[in-house]
Amino acid sequence: MEALLSVDRVGKRFGGLAALDNVSLAVRAGEVYGLIGPNGAGKTTLFNCMTGLYTVSAGAIRLAGKAIHDAKPHRIVKLGFARTFQNIRLFANMTALENVMVGRHICTRTGVLGAVLRGPASRAEERASRTRAQELLAFVGLAGRGGGLAGHLPYGAQRRLEIARALATEPRLLALDEPVAGMNPSERRDMAELFLKLRDAGVTLLLIEHDVKLVMGLCDRVAVLDYGRKIAEGTPGEVRRDPAVIEAYLGGEA
Amino acid sequence: MDIFIQQLINGLVLGSIYALVALGYTMVYGILELINFAHGEVTMIGAMVALAVIGALLGASPELPGLMVVLAGVLVAVPACMALAFVIEKVAYRPLRKAPRLAPLITAIGVSIILQNAAMLIWGRGYISFPAILPQGRHDILGASVTDLQIAIVGLSILCMLGLVFLVERTRLGRAMRATAQSREVAELMGVNVNTVISATFVIGAALAAVAGVMVSAYYGLAHYYMGFLLGLKAFSAAVLGGIGNIAGAVLGGMLLGIIEALGAGYIGDLTGGFLGSHYQDVFAFMVLILVLVFRPSGLLGERVANRA
Repeated sequence: MEALLSVDRVGKRFGGLAALDNVSLAVRAGEVYGLIGPNGAGKTTLFNCMTGLYTVSAGAIRLAGKAIHDAKPHRIVKLGFARTFQNIRLFANMTALENVMVGRHICTRTGVLGAVLRGPASRAEERASRTRAQELLAFVGLAGRGGGLAGHLPYGAQRRLEIARALATEPRLLALDEPVAGMNPSERRDMAELFLKLRDAGVTLLLIEHDVKLVMGLCDRVAVLDYGRKIAEGTPGEVRRDPAVIEAYLGGEA
Repeated sequence: MDIFIQQLINGLVLGSIYALVALGYTMVYGILELINFAHGEVTMIGAMVALAVIGALLGASPELPGLMVVLAGVLVAVPACMALAFVIEKVAYRPLRKAPRLAPLITAIGVSIILQNAAMLIWGRGYISFPAILPQGRHDILGASVTDLQIAIVGLSILCMLGLVFLVERTRLGRAMRATAQSREVAELMGVNVNTVISATFVIGAALAAVAGVMVSAYYGLAHYYMGFLLGLKAFSAAVLGGIGNIAGAVLGGMLLGIIEALGAGYIGDLTGGFLGSHYQDVFAFMVLILVLVFRPSGLLGERVANRA
């Protein structure tokens, strides 16, 4: 079966440092795939390679069979791959609704001329874009909060807004970089619910997370990175018993 | 008192021209953090192209209505400047996108020298006069004399600014521009084609500059291959005064600078007992620039970009 996202022997070097070394993994359509590993294991580096922020030093990354490791970030988004950020990176001076509408950018096409002349097509498109953005805000639990500046939202709401903004690009695959970092247990549970709702809506999820419990409870399959290498891959049950994983997490000969 | 109101009005006219040019500086800075020193020259090219068209039309049939001839000049100058800015960005700045910030800055100065010299070769070194074909009506407002042209300049500037605000605040492109200004990287990861947005920013600024160029040459009655230099520097000062990167700031800075300059020119003779004449008016713009840089480097409406990751 063709994977939705396949990472094929990817390497990434920064000068003499190998941040990623020969990493391969395959995310299947419809699953929740977890990527875990200690700090500095290369998880975010891998995310940045996948989404076009970094160019890989070796290997290939394919989305539904199309090579994306040389593509520009906005092309990759267009192919159906969106992401959120570990350190929230919203457009803080724009409203929450506008943030989501930026995500609608690729799904709309009005040019400068159309926008200035206010043709009926461009107005209809703008209206549809606004409606869809409001739906997405409601989907992530931010109904009615679109009017405030994104930077003024509370922390948890900002995380949700990032997800809504990414969803606005209508992705097949959504990569979430530590989406529950800094949240309390009840907020985490709410987020986990949102992730399941997303999966049920047909979005494949790629999840980087430190919270091993959350990952194990949520993911269909998990890969473990350590020092830039994949040391294990499998169902949460398999990975939990893997001696290499236990060593990476607990150190020494546990 | 008469002279005060008169100079206030003159300053407003001058200021709306500065504001239009300052917008081009500020928009490009907002997105690329590049000071596009070639922008003043784009304004000059706008004036030159318009004057060439006006001259050609009048040469072909001198009895055409003046307003239409000037309008035709503007309608040619605007797309010409837009195309020019598009090419400048693509050829001179885009290859340096990842270079240290000094490199594109120096390139910008280089581009402005090239444009000046190109204009000199095409249109000559002399002053080109703006034919007196526009309506010459005068009105009396509060004891000050205001011409039709002055009213038209202020009116058209306000119209352009409102158009720009609408574009930036209410359209898809404007949203993408604001997103790109806040974070190019994130905007790109949300599917915004950042190169298109940057091109559009240059092109829109150039359109405003072309309009301003025609206004300036109509107002002073002449154009010259070197006119973009001082105009560009003053508009840049206006952008810094308002807070560079901030659109409302550019408008405010432009207006203020125009008014300061006009009032300064009006009163400098009295203040210095006739020692300095009104031809020292250019001094004020740069005094303002120095004072702003010393006391409020972020400008009147500028905020320090604290949330840049």
